[in-house]
Amino acid sequence: MIQLFRDPSFNFIGRRRWAYLISILFILVGVGSMVAKGGLRYGIDFSGGTLIQVRFETPVAVDRIRRALETVQMGDSVIQEFGDAREYLLRLPLAQLSSEEVTRRTQEALAKDSALGKHEIRRVEFVGPQVGRDLQIQALYAVLWSMIGILAYVAIRFDLLGGVASVAAIVHDVLVCLSAMSLTNREMSLAILAAMLTIIGYSVNDTIVAYDRVRENRAKGGRRKGESFEVQINTAINQTLSRTVLTAMTTFLATAILYLFGGKVLEDMAFVLCIGVFTGTYSTIYIAGSLIVDWAGWRDRLVARRKKAVAKA
Amino acid sequence: MRRQLGARIALVVIVVAVSAWYLYPPADTINLGLDLQGGIHLVLGVEVDKAVEAQVERAGDSARAELEKRGIGVTRVERRGTTELVIQLVSPPGWDTVLRTIEEVLPVFDRREADQAAGRVVLALKPGEGANIRELAVRQGLETIRNRVDQFGVAEPSIQQQGENRILVQLPGVQDPARAKALIGKTALLEFKMVDERTEPEAALRTGPPPGTEILYQRRVNKETREERKVPFLVQKKAAITGRDVATARVSIDQNTSEPYVSVDFNASGGRAFADLTDANVGKRLAIVLDGNVHSAPQIRERIPSGRAQITGGFTSDEATDLAIVLRAGALPAPVQVLEERTVGPSLGADSIRQGIIAILASTALVFVFMLFYYRLSGVIADVALGLNLLLLMAIMAGFHATLTLPGIAGIALTIGMAVDTNILIFERIREELRGGKTVRGAIDAGFSRAFKTVVDTHVTVLVAGLILFQFGTGPVKGFAVTLMIGIAVSLFTAVFFTRLVFDLLYMGQRKRETLSI
Repeated sequence: MIQLFRDPSFNFIGRRRWAYLISILFILVGVGSMVAKGGLRYGIDFSGGTLIQVRFETPVAVDRIRRALETVQMGDSVIQEFGDAREYLLRLPLAQLSSEEVTRRTQEALAKDSALGKHEIRRVEFVGPQVGRDLQIQALYAVLWSMIGILAYVAIRFDLLGGVASVAAIVHDVLVCLSAMSLTNREMSLAILAAMLTIIGYSVNDTIVAYDRVRENRAKGGRRKGESFEVQINTAINQTLSRTVLTAMTTFLATAILYLFGGKVLEDMAFVLCIGVFTGTYSTIYIAGSLIVDWAGWRDRLVARRKKAVAKA
Repeated sequence: MRRQLGARIALVVIVVAVSAWYLYPPADTINLGLDLQGGIHLVLGVEVDKAVEAQVERAGDSARAELEKRGIGVTRVERRGTTELVIQLVSPPGWDTVLRTIEEVLPVFDRREADQAAGRVVLALKPGEGANIRELAVRQGLETIRNRVDQFGVAEPSIQQQGENRILVQLPGVQDPARAKALIGKTALLEFKMVDERTEPEAALRTGPPPGTEILYQRRVNKETREERKVPFLVQKKAAITGRDVATARVSIDQNTSEPYVSVDFNASGGRAFADLTDANVGKRLAIVLDGNVHSAPQIRERIPSGRAQITGGFTSDEATDLAIVLRAGALPAPVQVLEERTVGPSLGADSIRQGIIAILASTALVFVFMLFYYRLSGVIADVALGLNLLLLMAIMAGFHATLTLPGIAGIALTIGMAVDTNILIFERIREELRGGKTVRGAIDAGFSRAFKTVVDTHVTVLVAGLILFQFGTGPVKGFAVTLMIGIAVSLFTAVFFTRLVFDLLYMGQRKRETLSI
């Protein structure tokens, strides 16, 4: 039998302060990069604008394309290589021009410049200001509702403490994903939002498994006398460690393959899924588990203090 | 459960057979999204207020005509804002008669203000009526666009209302997006207006057009320099005939210039009106106006009794075809605006499919090998279950005519990873039970039943996220939610029910078996 871990007994919870520190540091770096870059970058799904994907027959330099676009007063486009030097994304902010006009002018400018060779417009996306705003609001609602849904499920299935800890872990995962996106210069798009919602649903899985195990152990009466809540959670995490790591691994493998072979259009989405699967597993062990321990500890101390106060009186 | 082996086997066989039947042949049964097969996705906003405004103006015109017929002098009738109508009267004789007449002619308006001294009445469209007009405008717009698309000849178009006043148009496989968009988005309001030749348009430009007239432009493109020139025309504000009177329209070729033009046939009443109009105005010019642009302004040489008009204007063959289509299908009741557009060329779609298939095959292979390596015979069972999962996923998509999109492919890849998770959960549990000293049979029983609760938990949370995503998503993202949810739901059948069945078949009779290939 091949086994990843043989009776693991890592002291995860005991090292939780380190985990908190690492998480906070990473998120701080991510938020810092967001601030330095003037906020999270929104793709046209949310910000509105026009995006044109164009493929040339031969490799072309960015400058050449910019010069061609300047002839039609579109020199302020964002021009980005997409995959290789033959394929580019041109992005224009919302302006007075309609999408037809933008496409027409682009086509005209690229056709006029003989040095660019033949080209093919492979994709045009235009999102008007109204739609962009609507999507932003809907996206926010979608994230909020899924958190509420999961909080409710875990709270009903286990207890409120577990629900709150799960949501805290989810918020952590979302922040880590956003940080990773900002650090790698990726834009927030609908597909990425989809990836994040999936991660929200996925991340809580492992938390539930560990939490369920705590309950099972208690029911079996496995709680030795004087065993603290901290030890119980740590035991449960260790007992479910193989499955946590294995399931994360298979999902991670699938998303990593998607990232590598799924093509440029899916790349960002696959990236967020990869990061999300990773941080989702990490946050189960460290964020959700640790928070439960810290909160329970704090609550116990509070109760004890009250009891003492009552006893004195 | 153990005794129903036969029934369980039958169920699996039936499910597989039905799936295969739904799925065959895959190329025809799987509905590909626009991002995979190429095409146009358009969200159009219907400017419903414009429809209300037009209706209010028409009501004002008919009120004016009716009042004048009854001998009440009207100075002007004006629309104010979107829904208000201001009627200015010339020293009204009997105020009560005026108010009664107005009430009679304009039953759908509420009176806001009636100032006898000033001779002014202000009316406002009833709110319910406004809502009706808006609703009707969207519905008619939808119908008109559907007509145009049908005549344009697109295979399997989808045209639906979205929200209150948006129309979603999806045209798979359209090669020329600019043309399709022009065809769909054109208001196509055709009007025949008499040219006012008493005043020079240039003079009118300086002093403003005389009452009852307006200045419209004809765009003339110089074919050599491609320079555009705008020629002003002073025309009557009120259209003599509109596109509502058009019975049919088709493309013809001018024998002399061999240029295409659009020939319009009026219906009976339109034909009569046209005959009368041409009869009364021989020698004058008639402007043919489409969406506020003058197309041509030919001189009327004689009475035209045939009820047929020609629209010329240097069209290309495509332009003439499209104009004939929009005239046949009728005008949109209100202008539309492109709010969102996503066009994917066929070559990009083909690339995406190729890469998507590679990604799915590669991740399947990797997960297969991993499971085989880690769980040996049990891994093989899980692999078969995974294959079954993919088969059912595709069959359900085919059966429900769900659309496979590019993010949907990502959903499949993710399903591959998550579906085996269920097996891992169960297998790890069985191993644990074996380590705990249970017999093979006992460990299998305990493993499946203990893991089941956890499996349900994990499924529910992913489904919650999937449902919200489905609610929220548009096109491609919805496709992701669909594949993910189906894949996860199916894994309950494949990874739990099917795997259990195989375990039972393999190990049931062997009570004394001591080892398990897991």
